[in-house]
Amino acid sequence: MESTDIVSIENVSKTYDTGFKALRNVTLGIRRGEILALLGPNGAGKTTLISIVCGLVNATEGKVTVNGHDIVDDYRAARSLIGLVPQELTTDSFESVMGTVKFSRGLFGKGPDPAHIERVLRDVWLWDRKDDEIRTLSGGMKRRLLIAKALSHEPQILFLDEPTAGVDVELRKDMWSTVRELRDSGVTTILTTHYIDEAEELADRIGVINNGELILVEEKTRLMRMLGRKQLTIELHDPLTELPERLGGFGLELANGGSELVFTYDTQADRTGITALLDELNDANIGFKDLHTTQSSLEEIFVNLVKRPT
Amino acid sequence: MNFHGVKAIYLFEMARTWRTLLQSVLAPVISTSLYFVVFGAAIGSRITEVDGVSYGAFIVPGLIMLSLLMQSVMNASFGIYFPRFIGTIYEILSAPVSYFEIVLGYVGAAATKSALLGLIILATASLIVPIEIAHPIWMMFFLVLTAVTFSLLGFILGIWADSFERLQIVPMLIITPLTFLGGSFYSIDMLPPVWQTVTLFNPIVYLISGFRWSFYENADVSLGISVTMTLAFLVLCLMIVRSIFRSGYRLRP
Repeated sequence: MESTDIVSIENVSKTYDTGFKALRNVTLGIRRGEILALLGPNGAGKTTLISIVCGLVNATEGKVTVNGHDIVDDYRAARSLIGLVPQELTTDSFESVMGTVKFSRGLFGKGPDPAHIERVLRDVWLWDRKDDEIRTLSGGMKRRLLIAKALSHEPQILFLDEPTAGVDVELRKDMWSTVRELRDSGVTTILTTHYIDEAEELADRIGVINNGELILVEEKTRLMRMLGRKQLTIELHDPLTELPERLGGFGLELANGGSELVFTYDTQADRTGITALLDELNDANIGFKDLHTTQSSLEEIFVNLVKRPT
Repeated sequence: MNFHGVKAIYLFEMARTWRTLLQSVLAPVISTSLYFVVFGAAIGSRITEVDGVSYGAFIVPGLIMLSLLMQSVMNASFGIYFPRFIGTIYEILSAPVSYFEIVLGYVGAAATKSALLGLIILATASLIVPIEIAHPIWMMFFLVLTAVTFSLLGFILGIWADSFERLQIVPMLIITPLTFLGGSFYSIDMLPPVWQTVTLFNPIVYLISGFRWSFYENADVSLGISVTMTLAFLVLCLMIVRSIFRSGYRLRP
């Protein structure tokens, strides 16, 4: 754990009464002010992990502190720093938008602050609907309302559990913009998602959970650099039926009916081998008309990670 | 102490009453008035007096208690069960509120609602039959104590229930029969000796007896026993609630 961590999770395990092990010895430090995306397939343990930090589920083992406050012994101080947006659209249908946001603020021990409530509702584009009953809102509006409720008590840490599950593309982008604004205002944001592009778009760091284990936590850019393969595709003038022997050492693949050569290389290596390959092609009189490179996406990295035996 | 948190829960629950005013207030008042018509007018014309009190006036404390018990249990059980059912309980459980504060908010609101309803029924009854309250302070003491105790019971029920059917079981199959058999409409002296003894195992006898004493100074059991039994039930409910929160039963897996 580092001194910059606002949330510290140490050796946390959770076994439910049914015997299901949802988390296995998870240790994670969440840095102040960052956006951390927790990626993992359904049932991986993402929601259990944030539920433990937020006080909804009791850990079987381990310790969690929030800004130095133990979540069990000093739960008031710990919880007052946290806002939670749950995965499900859980709202009181007959309550008004304004009423429910005020309720959330009071529940977290804060006195009335009409100016703050107005700011929060404007930030999530719900100020015009402040007097409406929640049942009249669309699904996307309800999700934004849950964000407003979570922000009503001015938390330093925001947990977003699958914030864009089932929302349309436009709303998704609006959500992303809201999350970025929150980060800019100093709120530490932890989001669970199984949308890779969401993590790729938003996160500073990415944690991958599978089968209750935290497989890795890494800076997004470093993760992509470390685990991302880069490929050079060479479009040939004349298709090849088989690879010449002299090119055997490059690990090339023939693609697109022999009209393309695909060379996979390590971006971190001192020598990528590209120059040698091009020299060799020249010596072998194999002409090419174009070449381009592609990098593996976070999705491919993720799929490879969760496929690995743990 | 998170006063804002308690206030938020309390006001939220009270707001639900105002939103459902017909169901919360008018329905119990009408059904109690019907009891007056059936028992007070129809049967009361054949039973003139019980322990020196006109039958119509005699049944008033029992009828108030009947509504008080039912409404306390139902308000409190619904209050905590509904957020569990729709999932909004996450907000309560993730907030910096203690177990005591959660109970204070929910049970306080349920008890307030049912106590107010009891007073409304008392006011309604006074329009129909002449009522004298010999010990108003004791009357309020029993009213509030019963409202709080049975709201606690309702809170326990709302946490235990895992379906709306179960939520209805205790009020309909336990509270109502025990209230009817607990001397709401008769003095237990009117029963055969064996049934008088059996009736003493019904905890509601002590509530109704104490409450009726505060009106007419007539009681089936002594005031001391009524107060002791009611307080004992309150303590039992508090201990169960404490144990629920400590274990996380049905709330925090």
